[in-house]
Amino acid sequence: MATYVFRRLMSMLMVLAATTMFIFTLMYFVDGDPALMLLGENATVESVEALRKELGLDDPFFVRLGRYMAGLARGDMGISYRSKRPVFDELMARYPTTLKITLGSTALGLIVGVSAGVYSAIRQYSLFDRIFTTISLFGASAPSFWIAMILVLLFAVRLGWLPATGSYGIEYWILPIFTMGLQTSASILRMTRSSMLEVIRQDYIRTARAKGQTEYKVIINHGLRNALIPILTMAGIKMCSFLGGSVLIETVFALPGLGKYILDSVTFHDYPVVQGGVLWICINAIVITFAIDMLYGFLDPRIRTMYEAKKA
Amino acid sequence: MGTVGKAPLDTQQATAGRARRRARKQSMVAEVWRKLKKNTWAVGSLIILCLLLILATFAPWLTPYDYRVQDYDSVLLPPGKGHIFGTDNFGRDIFSRVVYGSRYTVLIGFGCVTIAAFLGVVFGLISAYFPKLDNIIMRSMDLIIGMPTMSLLMLLIAVMGISITNLVIALCVTTIPGFARVTRAQALTIKHQEFIEAAVAMGASDARILLKHILPNSWAPIIVQYTLGAGQVVLSAASLSFIGMGIQAPTPEWGLMVSQGRVYLRSHWHMAIIPGLAIVLLTFVLNYLGDGLRDALDPRLNK
Repeated sequence: MATYVFRRLMSMLMVLAATTMFIFTLMYFVDGDPALMLLGENATVESVEALRKELGLDDPFFVRLGRYMAGLARGDMGISYRSKRPVFDELMARYPTTLKITLGSTALGLIVGVSAGVYSAIRQYSLFDRIFTTISLFGASAPSFWIAMILVLLFAVRLGWLPATGSYGIEYWILPIFTMGLQTSASILRMTRSSMLEVIRQDYIRTARAKGQTEYKVIINHGLRNALIPILTMAGIKMCSFLGGSVLIETVFALPGLGKYILDSVTFHDYPVVQGGVLWICINAIVITFAIDMLYGFLDPRIRTMYEAKKA
Repeated sequence: MGTVGKAPLDTQQATAGRARRRARKQSMVAEVWRKLKKNTWAVGSLIILCLLLILATFAPWLTPYDYRVQDYDSVLLPPGKGHIFGTDNFGRDIFSRVVYGSRYTVLIGFGCVTIAAFLGVVFGLISAYFPKLDNIIMRSMDLIIGMPTMSLLMLLIAVMGISITNLVIALCVTTIPGFARVTRAQALTIKHQEFIEAAVAMGASDARILLKHILPNSWAPIIVQYTLGAGQVVLSAASLSFIGMGIQAPTPEWGLMVSQGRVYLRSHWHMAIIPGLAIVLLTFVLNYLGDGLRDALDPRLNK
């Protein structure tokens, strides 16, 4: 297990480094003088030059890249042009909002998606299966902002049960989490159904039934356990996707999250925030992928053995 | 007797060979169509897709009003007589704007995915056939795939600026890796087959092997990826327009129309919901068709 963890950790760090270089290189070509943006248009030429020298903006590309990556290791992502505060502090102020929605919707999606997917698989071609397969494809096809607006129209405007916008209490989180949870459960339902259908046709399932095991244990302990890996992969993909696409939900529900902040920063040309924000989302995505990889090794001994055998 | 009065033997053989190849191609396409026809919903999706394409092509002749005309006597009318989808805050007919907007969605959606398919297939074939280039190409593709799509799109638009060209470029960048991966996987399977070895032994050039032997046998997953990729591109383009980083006003793009209608959601829901329904319909039929094609092209499902 230790070998598996070590190899995946090394791989994760390499991907992190490559992603940082990629994002830094892209942002390097953006127009505009960072020193002038920080000091404002009324700054004197001398002060702009002095700040350029202090920040090392005239240094070669690789020196600036190395400096940025070294700063990243210390949690330094530069200074926001708009607020003049460290980018990392600005991102951390908004990160919990995005994280709450992402984690909440993934949990809801897993609970609903896996339950409905398992039932759909064991009752293949039933009315339940056909209805839920179609609804899940519909959910996977619909844009999240449109589903959010439908739910706001129904629960906030027509029924008045829940607030439409803001984040002042727990009731304000129900609609955003429910919206993204529905979308996540649609994708997870499809993956669970497809994965379970493959697994329940295996010989070991027939053997377990022949040995007299209860149907519940056959489906859950033998079936679902072996079907979990693609389901977890899909859950990981949806989490990463929602981290990046949270801007859509935060716009509809007026939540002060990371995505909305990055979007506003693009509008106001606050490039250190755009760079730092996108990088932070990518770091989260890479860590989630690493965590899912660790779960594979924990769930399936064959994957652990494969990595240990490679080393030998 | 013999070949007197007949075509030379090599021409006869060439003609017979062409006839055999034509029969094989027809039977493969016919076989896929036969399987697809059994899936009623996939056929229905194909019909709806064709109808949408017809709407997009003949939009100026099918719309009752000019999509740009502002009628301040008919502002924010609900769906009803005269305006089947109602009007917006400038008195513009929403049905005409949705139909005309299908042109932008179809052009950008299918245009991006076609360019991405072309480039992705090229990268995938090169990666599979030339092992020295495989690592660099696939690691680059993995880097793009590893980044959340919306984040990468926002980053690219922030760097390049907001315009239709930059939108197309950004969407292509995020779509190419899917095609590259799928093509590479399929090409790697075919590369090790004996007929490729025979072609190499006969002195065929790399380009000939790739284009005449490997690519024609790799179409199935590429077609499925095309359909599913088109659905993803439509959603991404609509999402970018919704947040103001895609197509700009007054163009009647569906995502932009949803964004403009959001302000009036409480009182005039039709302005935001109906264009959104058009996005859902197009993405749904593309996904359903993609699933149907995947099942029809899957050799494991041969009975």
